[in-house]
Amino acid sequence: MSEDLYQNDLLRLAAEARGTGRLQAPDASVTLDNPLCGDRITLDVQLAAGRLSALGHEVRACVLCQAAASVIGRHAVGETPARLRAVAGEVRALLKPDGGPATPSAWPEIAAFQPVAAIRSRHVCVELPFKALVAALDAAAPEGGDA
Amino acid sequence: MTFQPEALPAALRRQFPLLGRTVHGQPLHYLDNAATSQMPQSVLDAIANHETTARANVLRSVHFLAEAASAAYEESRAECARYLGAGVPEEVVFTSGCTGAINLVAHSFGDGRGPGDGRGPGDGLGPGDEVLISELEHHSNIVPWQMLRQRRGIVLKALPVTDDGRLDLTHLPRLVGDRCRLVALTHASNVTGAVTDVASVVAAARAVGAKVLLDGAQYAAHGPLDLPALGVDFYAFSGHKTFGPNGVGVLWARGEILADMPPFLGGGEMIRRVTIEATTYAEPPHRFEAGTPPIAQAVGLGAALRWIRGLDQAAVQAHLAALTRRLLDGLAALDRGRGLIRVIGPGDLAARLPVVSFTVTGAHPHDICQILDRHGVALRGGHHCAQPLMDRFGITGTTRASLACYNDAGDIDALLAGLEDAMARLRVGTGASGLSNP
Ligand SMILES: Cc1ncc(COP(=O)(O)O)c(C=O)c1O
Repeated sequence: MSEDLYQNDLLRLAAEARGTGRLQAPDASVTLDNPLCGDRITLDVQLAAGRLSALGHEVRACVLCQAAASVIGRHAVGETPARLRAVAGEVRALLKPDGGPATPSAWPEIAAFQPVAAIRSRHVCVELPFKALVAALDAAAPEGGDA
Repeated sequence: MTFQPEALPAALRRQFPLLGRTVHGQPLHYLDNAATSQMPQSVLDAIANHETTARANVLRSVHFLAEAASAAYEESRAECARYLGAGVPEEVVFTSGCTGAINLVAHSFGDGRGPGDGRGPGDGLGPGDEVLISELEHHSNIVPWQMLRQRRGIVLKALPVTDDGRLDLTHLPRLVGDRCRLVALTHASNVTGAVTDVASVVAAARAVGAKVLLDGAQYAAHGPLDLPALGVDFYAFSGHKTFGPNGVGVLWARGEILADMPPFLGGGEMIRRVTIEATTYAEPPHRFEAGTPPIAQAVGLGAALRWIRGLDQAAVQAHLAALTRRLLDGLAALDRGRGLIRVIGPGDLAARLPVVSFTVTGAHPHDICQILDRHGVALRGGHHCAQPLMDRFGITGTTRASLACYNDAGDIDALLAGLEDAMARLRVGTGASGLSNP
């Protein structure tokens, strides 16, 4: 499976490193560790008018985690917290062993993570940035609360 | 020496059925022995034979099978004692593993009967008493002592590590003082492979009346021991890293220490007499084996240690040193002087186990391991449950190859070829942005 894993899509996404760097004045900032390998992501969010207005992250991690953070960096700004939580849900579903093919997402790059589904020990690498995103949104704009 | 480098592993390999399998269509190159080693046929047979001819609970019923099970269980204890050079089998306590053994000491010796006033091994440690560990311990030999600190207010100190991944024993005089009650160190590092100079540690501890615990998880697989001669007080290891099953491990301790220590877990098997008001406890080792123990696993462990004792230890050591040299030289050749591959561990083969950890600038250990897996090469990447050591070197993880006697030059060459492929795929050394992030 890693023949597919380390194809150019994921390497390119990781190399693009979209969204890297910290925000000056984030509404919320979350740091999460991957207990498997000690990798770490810190993710900052800023919200305005019910949408994500700015995002920054610092990732010390493998290609999979970097690529996932980069996809978030490319697409997340401008989305509502509800939409972002839904995308995180899509990623979780994609990685389920019997999840089948991804539900078509507005974020086409997410399909590149499909081969990871077969490798249970690496799910957490892809999910970590999305978990950090949801945790930051929870802190900045609690679900059901006013943003 | 008449020893033929490849004859040894070929003969040994045949005894390990699992090593004959393929993964991803490739021959298996199993180089993750520090995590878990494989079991030879004689161990598999001993377990199957026990389960099909003598399976019963131990030390309770009087019927034929119960007698047979108890005899097998106690014979296995005797085998462990022989392997460790212990005086009597009663000094061997079966635990769930190395972690279980260290936790037993943290409770029975650490807490003891109450806050320690006296100096008996069962008195327990109190506020201000010191336990010395090191920066390169496995989390199993760190966290139990932090938990004891929370319960008892002990002071936890840590021996630093040298740049080549050894314990820096020059700090012993500073760190082993009058309040030191226990020095708990690994016998060999699961990351750097460095073997501890036990004599120096024991001398420093003895000078202040402190006890010494060795974490033998890594070292124990490398041949029979003479623990009384080593001069230590406690020794812990796991079955699954010594060619035996998982779910079982051993705590060895000096008889007089065990005799004075209170039990850790309570239940069946560890009592002398129970009334609703009070209980008196069994003698060691059963005092420390509450509940039904891992019986078939203990039998398997006995068979595994017997199997190791049957090896030509000098030939095995020479073989593993040659393979380690081949690996270290191969890594240096792959690096071509670029300074991308960095081995973390001693260069001196006499001072290390065949456990080789390295980092590759610009490539994450898990990405390397994932690509090597496609080559049939099983390695481990990550922090190896030694995060303080990773902090010491300013890294999050390493890629680790750990060898056993059944490994051969083909395994090392497959690793090196796979690593070359991984470095190419991950564009190591090409200056590609974004991937240089381990
Ligand atoms: C040095 C060391 N100590 C302790 C342990 C814990 O062993 P177990 O998980 O079998 O209890 C390990 C396992 O990796 C180890 O390498």
